[in-house]
Amino acid sequence: MRVSPIVALLAAASLTASAPVPYPVVRPGIALRFPRDHGAHPLFRTEWWYVTGWLRTVDGADLGFQVTFFRSRPPTDPANPSRFAAGQVLFAHAALSDPRIGWLLHGERSARAGFGLAGAGTTDADVTIRDWRLRRYADGHWATQVAAPDFALALNFAPTKPPLPQGQGGFSRKGPQPDAASYYYSVPHLKVAGTVRRGGTSVAVTGEAWLDREWSSNYLQGDAQGWDWTGLNFDDGSALMAFRIRRKAGGTLWAGGSFRRADGTTTVLAPGDIVFRPLARWRSPVTGAVYPVKQALSVRLPDGVRRWVLTPLFAAQELDARRSGLPVYWEGAVRTAGGRGYLELTGYDRALTM
Amino acid sequence: MRAEPGLWSGRLALGWLIAGEWRFHPARFLVTAVAIAVGVALGFAVHLVNGSALASFDSAVRGVNGSADLSVKATSRLGFDERLYPRVALAAGVAEASPVVQLEARIGTARVTLLGLDILRAAAVTPTLIGVRPRGSDADGAAVFDEASVFLSRAALERSGAKLGAVVTAAANGRAVPLRIAGTLPGVADGSAVAVIDIAAAQWRFDRIGRLDRIDVKVADRPAADAALARMMPGDAVISTAQAQSLQGDALSRAYRVNLDMLALVALLTGGFLVYSAQSLSVVRRQRAFALLRTLGMPRGGVVAAVVAEGVAIGVIGSGIGLSAGYGLAWAAVHWLGGDLGAGYFRGAGAGLVFQPWAAIGFFAIGLLAAIAGSAVPARLAARAAPAAALKNAGDVLDPRQRVAWWPAAGLLIAGGVVSLLPPVAHLPLFGFAGMALLLAGGIAGVPWFARALLAPLARGAIRTVPRQLAIRHLHGAPGEAATALCGIVASTALMIAMATMVTSFRGAVDDWLGQVLSADLYMRTNAGASFDPATRTRLAATPGVARMAFGRQLALTIAPDRPAIALVARPQRGVEDPQFVLIARADALPTGLTPIWVSEPAQRLYRWNPGEVIRLPIGGGTRFAVAGVWRDYARQGGAVLIDEADYQRLTGDTGRDEASATLLPGSDAAAVTQRLRARVSPMLRGQVDITQPAVLRRFALTLFDRSFAVTYLLEAIAILVGLAGVAATMSAQTLAREREFGMLRHLGLTRGQLGAMLATEGAIVGLTGALAGIGLGLVLAQVLIHVINPQSFNWTMDTRIPVGTLVAVAAALTGAAAVTAVLAGRRATSRSAVQSVREDW
Repeated sequence: MRVSPIVALLAAASLTASAPVPYPVVRPGIALRFPRDHGAHPLFRTEWWYVTGWLRTVDGADLGFQVTFFRSRPPTDPANPSRFAAGQVLFAHAALSDPRIGWLLHGERSARAGFGLAGAGTTDADVTIRDWRLRRYADGHWATQVAAPDFALALNFAPTKPPLPQGQGGFSRKGPQPDAASYYYSVPHLKVAGTVRRGGTSVAVTGEAWLDREWSSNYLQGDAQGWDWTGLNFDDGSALMAFRIRRKAGGTLWAGGSFRRADGTTTVLAPGDIVFRPLARWRSPVTGAVYPVKQALSVRLPDGVRRWVLTPLFAAQELDARRSGLPVYWEGAVRTAGGRGYLELTGYDRALTM
Repeated sequence: MRAEPGLWSGRLALGWLIAGEWRFHPARFLVTAVAIAVGVALGFAVHLVNGSALASFDSAVRGVNGSADLSVKATSRLGFDERLYPRVALAAGVAEASPVVQLEARIGTARVTLLGLDILRAAAVTPTLIGVRPRGSDADGAAVFDEASVFLSRAALERSGAKLGAVVTAAANGRAVPLRIAGTLPGVADGSAVAVIDIAAAQWRFDRIGRLDRIDVKVADRPAADAALARMMPGDAVISTAQAQSLQGDALSRAYRVNLDMLALVALLTGGFLVYSAQSLSVVRRQRAFALLRTLGMPRGGVVAAVVAEGVAIGVIGSGIGLSAGYGLAWAAVHWLGGDLGAGYFRGAGAGLVFQPWAAIGFFAIGLLAAIAGSAVPARLAARAAPAAALKNAGDVLDPRQRVAWWPAAGLLIAGGVVSLLPPVAHLPLFGFAGMALLLAGGIAGVPWFARALLAPLARGAIRTVPRQLAIRHLHGAPGEAATALCGIVASTALMIAMATMVTSFRGAVDDWLGQVLSADLYMRTNAGASFDPATRTRLAATPGVARMAFGRQLALTIAPDRPAIALVARPQRGVEDPQFVLIARADALPTGLTPIWVSEPAQRLYRWNPGEVIRLPIGGGTRFAVAGVWRDYARQGGAVLIDEADYQRLTGDTGRDEASATLLPGSDAAAVTQRLRARVSPMLRGQVDITQPAVLRRFALTLFDRSFAVTYLLEAIAILVGLAGVAATMSAQTLAREREFGMLRHLGLTRGQLGAMLATEGAIVGLTGALAGIGLGLVLAQVLIHVINPQSFNWTMDTRIPVGTLVAVAAALTGAAAVTAVLAGRRATSRSAVQSVREDW
């Protein structure tokens, strides 16, 4: 479950727009087909390709990274013959977490699709915005190139496990209302190799990443404040995804997730199976938002309740993209006993509307 | 021990001398100080207003341009192909590129620049053009791609009178589109009326599919970007920078501003002459006092020091008053007339007054200098006089029998004539102004000779009445005094006559030209970029009562990014005589196979496009044309080019027309045809079409002309007033100084009436002489204005027309003013009893 704040923002636009645009509704009972579903689904309102992971440089330093491409279909008039018509808009964020720096380095791109400058292929994953790109090759491996002001990433991702459909075979509910849902699959345990360039120097890196793919037309309910999400790759080959959507009035509105063991058997988690409990908070000196950056996660599995403590690589992994008119969220590398992954915390400076 | 006591030790005497003079003649000092103040005030005010106008023009340009590093701009409002955009975006050295659709639009009655932007690109390149919704930046997203949302700058919001959230109708390019005001543009500078909508909506709603007007560029590597972009420029786009834009604004009005500055300096110069006249007389009057001090041991420099110190005092007081008055004047001018002083150069750019300390210091110094120079010249003359002789004789030091040299004046006049013929410097007629200064100096230097030449035959002739004889003998016998009085009169009259002649010639030429070109019966014109499509044109041409109808297109064409755009006018030229264009030159033979065009006179002068030459214009991908002729045009200072309508359509593919002239059938009623024409225009277009009759256009044009010369008229009037004040001051001072002479004349039996007649004659003769000399010199200066300054500044030529009425009036006013002042002063001087007046003599 990865709902980007940016996409949330654009989706909000549709609520106020004058002309109603018929978006497809997310319904249960579909079967994901690959590689088609790696590609874009342009009729849906929002979609994303979200890669997070841990990297290790040749000299043994740990880094966290995030590369995200969003696709949005704003509620524009399809009759507009202009090549600039914002029928499809693409956004991308990239961030690098280096504990020796102590804060997040990040960069972004955005463009309307068209003119050969930006686009998202529909037959397989291939998203580009100018010089930024994320694509999947015919041999099954993925690759991305991004260049931010302070760093550049050129990474290859080799799948070691099959995709993990979330929810009911890829239909993932987001709230008590049945139509608040998305199509959702993840690809855990991606083997990473590539380079990270900072300043004038490039270093070779290896690591492990997690890909989230999600598309939907109707996301959060009106009483949702934001969410906590985590995706964890365990060293034993198992993988855990868990999220909870927080209610504006406090408490949990909805929760969900899945646990896949090394042998491939998967347990889908219901709202009552997941508890996030804050252990330590960090106050952003920039925005004043207080994030529960260290959390205890309890998950009820058929063989009993398992508990993991999520410890951040460092606390200041807030992504402040207000410069480009976008909200603030926390997207950080976390480690836990026997595994590593990412934690996403949204709606902590103010409520996100969806 | 020093042989001669120093200046310092004489300071007490000097102090008395100056203070005494001030105590007894405060009005005279005040008048001279005011003369300086007027000059300084005018100069400073004009300079301030010009500076403020330029600053506001700059800020308006920045407001619309959003301060991009550089821009690719369409050369005309036809725009360029949007497929240039991805090439620019990916060009070497380019960090970001933001495509822009730019339209001149109206919201209600407010003129705004409507920009169609891709907010995602503009955010990185021109962030000042990003709209903000009233609830804060977090809600930005809601209207980002909404095709019906518009963001308005503060000025646009104020001028349209609409509220946030209201739905307004924006008219541009012949379309009227309802838009909801979603927010404001806080980054746009005050005074710029800008509206921003989504680029796709702009292309679609305002019929600009496939076209862009501008690509704003943020560069990563300037030299690389410049090189890469230069290679890919199509014929209908140029690379422009903020600097080039600023130069364009500067070039647009520079000549006008320099001319105003010069006019203001003229007023200052006249003030300087006034100081000179006043100080000369004051020195003459105090010659005996100076002589006494000299014999008592004051050094020669003491006299100079005393008079110059008075000059400094006059200068400091006058300049000080002038600066504050100038600031107030500038404020009022900007407030009431606008930053371009009504000349229409910077429409839509609201000006705020900016104080310029360096200019203030400069004008203070110039005022001070004029006062000191005006005092130093007579002071040196006085110091040269031998003390013993001066002690006895307070009369004129010039001997009337001595011949006055004519050659310095002739030399200066010739030099002035030669210098004015030199070519302009940086499009400014600097040598023309230098020539005028030399001519003026020559004219003034020649005044004593002229006065003598004029009076000699009168003095020789037999004059019957005693007062007249006395008057002429006095003037002839004391030529120095008369000459001093005349200098100021001649200087101010000459400049005033020169300006009046130039403006009369210009206005007459414009009036005649309007009469020639406005030969049709009705004129139609679209506003807000609307156009008549071919179907509408056919319908209009078939209107009952219309004999002929000619349609035209007029658009601004950028030849170079740092120069004002020229106007491209497309009208039917093949096989018809188009009376709208008065040819003043024609090519003998044209190169074959090239499209002919006709250039306006300013275009010919600005770009050196002479008949028969082959030129390239940035339309239709950069086409070569042959210049077939030159036509007269007083309307478009930046130049204009006329092309045949069919050629235009072939080259650009543009089928729209935005103006039309209709010739009516004999006997048809213009008002009725106007109504029928209006009825034949589609309802959407109806509100965007103006139909006018030539008389209205002519009146409008002349009103505009007078408006743009309003400040000239004002400055001229002030120069006249300063000149008249100078005459009055000089005449009265001279008369008062002759008290003893009047006493003696009374003793000899002259009645007071006869004395009055004598003074009136003297005054009238001085005034008339000054007027004649001033008018003669002014007509010469006018030739420089008309044939050098005007063509070099504004690039149009004209024939001289002499404002006979003004000349007669000026001569009469000067003669009358001099006579009346002399009589009034004489009445005071003769009021004491004759015995008393004579007794004062020793």
